[in-house]
Amino acid sequence: MNVLVLVEHAGGGVKDATLSAITAAKALGTVHALVAGDGADAQSTATAAAQIDGVEKVLLASDPAYADMLAENVSALIVPLMAGYDALVAPATSNGKNIAPRVAALLDVMQLSDIIAVEGPKTFRRPIYAGNAIATVESSDAKLVITVRTTGFAKAPATGGSAAVEAISGSGDAGLSSFVGREAEVSERPDLTSARVVVSGGRALKDAETFQAIIAPLADKLGAAIGASRAAVDAGYISNDSQVGQTGKIVAPEFYIAVGISGAIQHLAGMKDSKVIVAINKDPDAPIFQIADIGLVGDLFTIVPELTAKL
Amino acid sequence: MKILVPVKRVIDYNVKPRIKADGSGIDLANVKMSMNPFDEIAVEEAIRLAEAGAAEEVVVVSIGPAKAQETLRTAMAMGADRGILVETDDEVEPLAVAKILKAVVEEEGPGLVVMGKQAIDDDSNQTGQMLAALWGRPQGTFASKVEIDGDSVSVTREVDAGLETVKLSMPAVITTDLRLNEPRYASLPNIMKAKSKPLATKAPADYGVDTAPRLKLLKVEEPPVRQAGIKVGSVDELVTKLKELGISA
Repeated sequence: MNVLVLVEHAGGGVKDATLSAITAAKALGTVHALVAGDGADAQSTATAAAQIDGVEKVLLASDPAYADMLAENVSALIVPLMAGYDALVAPATSNGKNIAPRVAALLDVMQLSDIIAVEGPKTFRRPIYAGNAIATVESSDAKLVITVRTTGFAKAPATGGSAAVEAISGSGDAGLSSFVGREAEVSERPDLTSARVVVSGGRALKDAETFQAIIAPLADKLGAAIGASRAAVDAGYISNDSQVGQTGKIVAPEFYIAVGISGAIQHLAGMKDSKVIVAINKDPDAPIFQIADIGLVGDLFTIVPELTAKL
Repeated sequence: MKILVPVKRVIDYNVKPRIKADGSGIDLANVKMSMNPFDEIAVEEAIRLAEAGAAEEVVVVSIGPAKAQETLRTAMAMGADRGILVETDDEVEPLAVAKILKAVVEEEGPGLVVMGKQAIDDDSNQTGQMLAALWGRPQGTFASKVEIDGDSVSVTREVDAGLETVKLSMPAVITTDLRLNEPRYASLPNIMKAKSKPLATKAPADYGVDTAPRLKLLKVEEPPVRQAGIKVGSVDELVTKLKELGISA
């Protein structure tokens, strides 16, 4: 089977989500990687993608129309390429989720979203109902369009490959949409979805200042990424890109430290595959304790500073 | 301008789903059902646009069993003007839903389709993008802000790195994220009034769409159960445990 993987990239480098998607794609067949982007960033991403273990070829489409991954333009690039492939695999990032269904519809294919395991050439496992159930589904379509939940697959080694890079061109700007701008949170901390340790805060943190005052020192000490419950994001304590949960980011770090998070099912859906879950909450009956490996009941405003000092 | 809002009847978001004993699916018998929460946000956004004078009519459409009428009535009680039920007892996959919606769009000619980014039952997150593709129009997915400006619409999107804004030429498809708005509750007089708003009933065949599934559901299982671990009594104990497990500061 010939598989095309849509490369998720930023700042001229390949994002870790791509490496998980490549592991999933390798289970299906021969892997080619598509880098859609513009200029020097796209070029250096393609060079990096060519070194990923298991990538046999890199297709590089460099055009200003692909610089911001507009779904209208990138899907129009991918659809004709699919004549030569049996499957498109994209990481289930906001870009992957935006672009892949558009490709699937144009190919008249029912997409497999958020797969966590490859069971056979057309059979996959995926979570449904906020992860409260796992469905095994078999596709009857001639081609496959798949998005990959990155926590379900190990990262392919970023080096070891030596694929050729082939420049391709697509139809460019579809003339339907344009990119206006972005407000990105600039942070020195590791990426939430690939961090070894995540410290997450909930509504109990009271306000944005308190959230930072309590959570940030612990995260700094542990070199951790900062996450949050939906309630904390809705209340404006921290920006949306920190939300962990069914509709936010899905994380599976080695340590997940939940501070003042009660544990709604929608939140648990985003972090229950973490290796070690630590919960700090004043309510001994909070649902988070039912899945936590280590729980400490008490006042987070005294516990967390003490923990930060003693670690 | 007309705004079309597709809505789905799903298990209520507070209900923990039960898997059928034979692993054939989720048991929905006697389970509380509600409008998909993201769709409620879509209905609210469409009504606000109409209230602000940007649209004249809000049409809601649902594809599902006869009981999906209740979901349409809820949307009309919130303020939508009329409803279309495309009635079927079959499970309809996102691709087929998108095809039916495309046929409805061709009939209705909306300037915007506003819909939830995903349904909380199958969590596919596909239908809006698929409709936009089949319709040949742009999409603003995971929207947290929508501003109409003449023939185009600016959509601020919640993405992995924060927020980004795109400008789409209309007609366009918008899918809603959690922070776009807070849906209103329908008042009792509006619930009464909604009962007399027009509701048309159609079938997938009226639109010439084959809803035969492309994906075969082989089984549904419980996820691996995570056992509760230990509770520690002090920060010192917690620090000891964390160090044993290899955390490093």
